[in-house]
Amino acid sequence: MELTPFLKSLLSTSGLSAYETPAAKIIEEAWKPLVDEIQYSKIGSLEALKKGSAAKAPKIMLAAHMDAIGMMVTQNIDGFLRVTGVGGVDARVLPGTPVTVHASGGGKTEELPGIVVQPPARLLPASMGDNPIPMDHLFIETGLLPKDVAAKVRVGDLVSYATEPTELAGEALAGHTLDNRASVAVVTVALDELKKKTHAWDVWAVATVQEEVSLGGAFTSAHGLRPDLAVAIDVTFAKGPGTNDWQTFPFGKGPTLGFGPNLHPFLFKQFEELAKKLEIPYQTEVIPRHSGTDAYATQVSAEGIPTMVIGIPLRYMHTAVEVVALKDIQRAGRLLAEFIAALEIDFVEKIVWED
Amino acid sequence: MTEKITIGKSQLTLLEKLCNASGVSGDEGEVRKIILEEVKPYADEVRVDTLGSVLVTKKSASKKALRVMVDAHMDEVGFMLVADDGEGIYRFELVGGLDVRQLVGKAVLVGKDKTPGVIGARPIHLTTPEERQRKIPLDQLRIDIGPGGKAKPGDRAVFATRFKRVGPSIFAKAIDNRVGCAILVDLIKTAPAHIDLCLSFSVQEEIGLRGAKVAANYFKPDLAIAIDSTPANDLPHHAGDENIFYNTKLGLGPALYTFDAGTLSDPRLVRFLAETGEGEKIPFQYRQPGGGGTDAGSIHRQQAGIPSASVSVPGRYAHTSTLVMRVDDWKNTLALVSAALQRITPDLLAKDRP
Repeated sequence: MELTPFLKSLLSTSGLSAYETPAAKIIEEAWKPLVDEIQYSKIGSLEALKKGSAAKAPKIMLAAHMDAIGMMVTQNIDGFLRVTGVGGVDARVLPGTPVTVHASGGGKTEELPGIVVQPPARLLPASMGDNPIPMDHLFIETGLLPKDVAAKVRVGDLVSYATEPTELAGEALAGHTLDNRASVAVVTVALDELKKKTHAWDVWAVATVQEEVSLGGAFTSAHGLRPDLAVAIDVTFAKGPGTNDWQTFPFGKGPTLGFGPNLHPFLFKQFEELAKKLEIPYQTEVIPRHSGTDAYATQVSAEGIPTMVIGIPLRYMHTAVEVVALKDIQRAGRLLAEFIAALEIDFVEKIVWED
Repeated sequence: MTEKITIGKSQLTLLEKLCNASGVSGDEGEVRKIILEEVKPYADEVRVDTLGSVLVTKKSASKKALRVMVDAHMDEVGFMLVADDGEGIYRFELVGGLDVRQLVGKAVLVGKDKTPGVIGARPIHLTTPEERQRKIPLDQLRIDIGPGGKAKPGDRAVFATRFKRVGPSIFAKAIDNRVGCAILVDLIKTAPAHIDLCLSFSVQEEIGLRGAKVAANYFKPDLAIAIDSTPANDLPHHAGDENIFYNTKLGLGPALYTFDAGTLSDPRLVRFLAETGEGEKIPFQYRQPGGGGTDAGSIHRQQAGIPSASVSVPGRYAHTSTLVMRVDDWKNTLALVSAALQRITPDLLAKDRP
């Protein structure tokens, strides 16, 4: 499959938490030829089934969240829009960022180009000085006259990032919402690889919703599908300018395998051995508590599901210029496909605590 | 009388080309090339001076015509790469006045090849609340062009913003001062016969009004008008108070300067421009006095003194990735200056300064 065009088209589509439909449609199109059944959960997660060869096949769920962080209109002041963040939006990275205002006031939703703008100092409280201006003092500028903004935009309208996805040197891709569309691409690569493989287990590929706000999609799909195993794929922190501590991983040198209370150590071991066997470069990502991913939800859904997390190192997370190495997406997709193909019917019985 | 001025497709196309071009102070070549191509068919003399400014003359038919200089700067604020950190990551410095809070999370284009890059930031998840209260200083910011990317210290970088028409407005980088350049290109096409029109497409305004100084010494004009883009700070006050610091407002037309940080405009010129606006029914506004500056700041002090004034197109968000201006304000600025050039006579300077 053509990874870059798929990812670029997905990155150019909005899909804020709870409003993921536009992105879901693109993913559905890409997954249709790769799976047997497609359905949507009650809150909008895209759940796709690729049947395994076994008669009473156990199920593995792959969770990659498709929702994006963004903003919502809270007020219109003389044609300038105040906004609040949906998901973890850092106001420091906002001024000058191009956005799209999904204006619902005129009947049909209109996509208005906009810019996040910082007011001049003298229009802000003096105490703010030259510190970063908090989101509640920034505006969205639409370039339109106030009367047109009043007619088109409603409180509650979504505002999504509008930076164009751009290819950088070294097979890197820059854009907004690579968190977590890069992982949706990983799942897509895995499904594509599985076309040429036989596998006993049923594979449920789930593009979950609302991860950025509540892990809601992961909880509900895990509960609804009752998989026997769950693997969450999400982006993790790549080393880069100002970002170099123990929580960060070399950029472009392979996906990470999560280790900690949120993940089952037996699964970590399986993935590690497989990566070594296949000579896929990887890093161990130690996670002392909450993994900050859908894995936190799947592990404790229903009666509990053995869970693993695969991380894709990403620079500048939650900015409009996140950067990922396409190679890492390919590697993670392949690792997942090989893991699934190697799963024996009685694998779950083998999961024991080696105390 | 003057023909009705409009902004049509070819002018929009030219402004788009100019705004999308990379021309950081000291590296104006791409803009210079576009300007030279535009003015050559209409000019009597075109020269590129030692700093790279484009100096264009359209001579009058008469021998002792009034020499009028009109100036617009070609350069934009931007960045210069200063150190290679390896793996496609570069330290950079500012060229011209920029607020570092406007840089994080933006896409840029590096060098002549316009290599795409990004100015990233430490993810919010790894910051403390205290850290988020402070801006990220310039020395911690980097331009990232991807591993193995080829750029070098000395390369300039600009915001990657693409020109866009949005309803009554234009979103683009470098509207300051490519709109001024676009206006000058139109002026040479309609140069009146009774004056020597001296157009300076100046370099290095943003780092000290330097090109204009030299251009004024070359032209030795009788008077000068600088055309620029000036901030429209016409946003709401945070507490809903009246905004008394608006500087200029979008939609009210060209802004006449009386006083900025560099120049006290010649009162005769200011009055003449206002009378032209009133006579021709072209809307205009007065820029609030104080702060800022244009090339007039260096022009008026050259030679034995050159009576000068500035007229600017209002624009929001100067020196950021995206400025916003109204097409109508551009049109009216062009109309006002065109009409002024048609009407201007040596009598203007024969009066005493009040």
